[in-house]
Amino acid sequence: MPDRPQSALVTLPNIPDPDGFYSELIALHDGRSAQDSAALNARLILLLANHIGDRDVLRAAMEAAADSGHAR
Amino acid sequence: MLDDRYPLEYRLYPYARSTDQDAATPVRHPVVIMGGGPVGLACALDLGLKNVPVVLLDDHEGPGQGSRALCFAKRTLEIATRLGCAGPMVARGVVWNLGKVFHEDRKVYEFNLLPEDGHELPAFINLQQPEFERFVIDRIRAAQSAGAPITLRGKNRVEAVQQLPDGVALEVLTPEGPYKLEADWVIGCDGAGSPLRKMMGLGFEGRVFEDSFLIADIRMKNESFPTERWFWFEPSHKAGASTLLHKQPDGVWRVDFQIGWDVDRTEELKEPNVRKRLDAMLGADVDYDLVWTSIYTFQCRRMTDFRHGRVLFAGDSAHQVSPFGARGANSGIQDADNLCWKLAAVIAGEAPEALLDSYSFERQAAADENILNSTRSTDFITPKSEVSHMFRNAVLDLAEHHAFARPLVNSGRLSTPATHDDSPLNGPDAVTGAPERTRPGSPCADAPGEEGYLLRRLGGMFTLLALNCAVPSGADALGCAVVDMACSPEGALGQRYLGTRGQAIYLIRPDQHVAARWEAPTLSDISEALERAKGKV
Repeated sequence: MPDRPQSALVTLPNIPDPDGFYSELIALHDGRSAQDSAALNARLILLLANHIGDRDVLRAAMEAAADSGHAR
Repeated sequence: MLDDRYPLEYRLYPYARSTDQDAATPVRHPVVIMGGGPVGLACALDLGLKNVPVVLLDDHEGPGQGSRALCFAKRTLEIATRLGCAGPMVARGVVWNLGKVFHEDRKVYEFNLLPEDGHELPAFINLQQPEFERFVIDRIRAAQSAGAPITLRGKNRVEAVQQLPDGVALEVLTPEGPYKLEADWVIGCDGAGSPLRKMMGLGFEGRVFEDSFLIADIRMKNESFPTERWFWFEPSHKAGASTLLHKQPDGVWRVDFQIGWDVDRTEELKEPNVRKRLDAMLGADVDYDLVWTSIYTFQCRRMTDFRHGRVLFAGDSAHQVSPFGARGANSGIQDADNLCWKLAAVIAGEAPEALLDSYSFERQAAADENILNSTRSTDFITPKSEVSHMFRNAVLDLAEHHAFARPLVNSGRLSTPATHDDSPLNGPDAVTGAPERTRPGSPCADAPGEEGYLLRRLGGMFTLLALNCAVPSGADALGCAVVDMACSPEGALGQRYLGTRGQAIYLIRPDQHVAARWEAPTLSDISEALERAKGKV
């Protein structure tokens, strides 16, 4: 493995055209069952996690996601 | 037969018999406008000020009650400035910058619109629609006194239209019976339900959103809220699936509840039921008067083409959006701005009829942009599926803690004017390193100059704006106004129009959109661009 610089989880805006991104994300789920959508989300998370690669960043993202939820 | 469909706020053009009704053969007018809403009135005023005789037919006798359109954007106020009626609007309107977003009972974040410096007008004002209309009518009355050929006819309802080879024949109903009229051109500003569009059998396709919204305009008796826009997603008071609170003039507040699709309108609009929702939201001890209530649903759709021979459509009759983002009336006023100089040039024989096709082209693209934005807002506010709802709430949860999620929160993307990037009227963009925001097709950004604000100096005709240089000799004979301004690279004018360059000449259309720009054009460069901008190429 090549050396990677230690990087922190990016929590500042980093996606160009956020509205366009969001509508693509939602459109990806059009016409799918809830179970289908959940499976799609799982695949998407795994792909993005592999792309990120950095275990520290992934761990920080998991923690941030767990900490910002509200019980519903 | 000619009963009012809604109560009037002001009776400003009561029915009066016209000599046209006694003519043996139908009287012909250059332009007839159908509809006396903000767009029809703006068209009448704009054309009248250009000395084009115009008759406006409205089946009512003045602005209807209820605030409906509420939020008027800077571009609308700039156009109103050109038309001479922005002053009282800005004086009366409520200026706001701060917005707060809530989810359940938590504040997710707040935003400040922080308007850019160096503009004469605010980013937005909140003003009730009938007030906006009244100010335009006041201006029309003043223009009429000064000789502008504008006629407003109340209780004149168009019953039938027929396209003629060189015009349109109309049958009009009045309280004293029907009469016939002819027009060289007709502008349909008769709203989303456009009777004109239906009479012509034209389609209006788009997407229906299955949700209803209850509007209550209330006047607080002993409380007040700050001058901010508050938006709740899934508020814990449960009075609506989403709720918007916005301030209007005179201590009146607009509350907008999302109440679902299958509702009994009559039942929901009963005062005790409206109060039940308001009390849940405000707390039972807050005292208020109900000023106006209404339930609306909406669609996002547009006509395929805004021009059909001698008939042109503008505003809601041509395109309809959701209310999120204030893109209805604001885009309609931009339609009027785009259309009127073109129609006046065609009528004066200074431009070919093809120029009107550019109206359709430019404003259809603008309508698509507005529909896209308002559809996205609607999909965020009222998610259409479980997974969409889950993502929406995930964004709100994250936005509470992390800045990255805030740009994804969409409670309405507020109206900005369209840039006509692919317009056939655009000429050269020949200033290397000049700012993107003022490229050909863009609405001119305002900026202060030594002799006042730029947009005031541009006025409403083709203008050559010469920055730190002189126009080529002979250019003043092209029929354009010439405005010379000096600017420094650091000032707003330099930053918005020169970028890294020392000088530039801009050709600006009568609607204050950039047609072309150069660093050092020849006379023939300019005259070619001018021909193109008039639809002659």
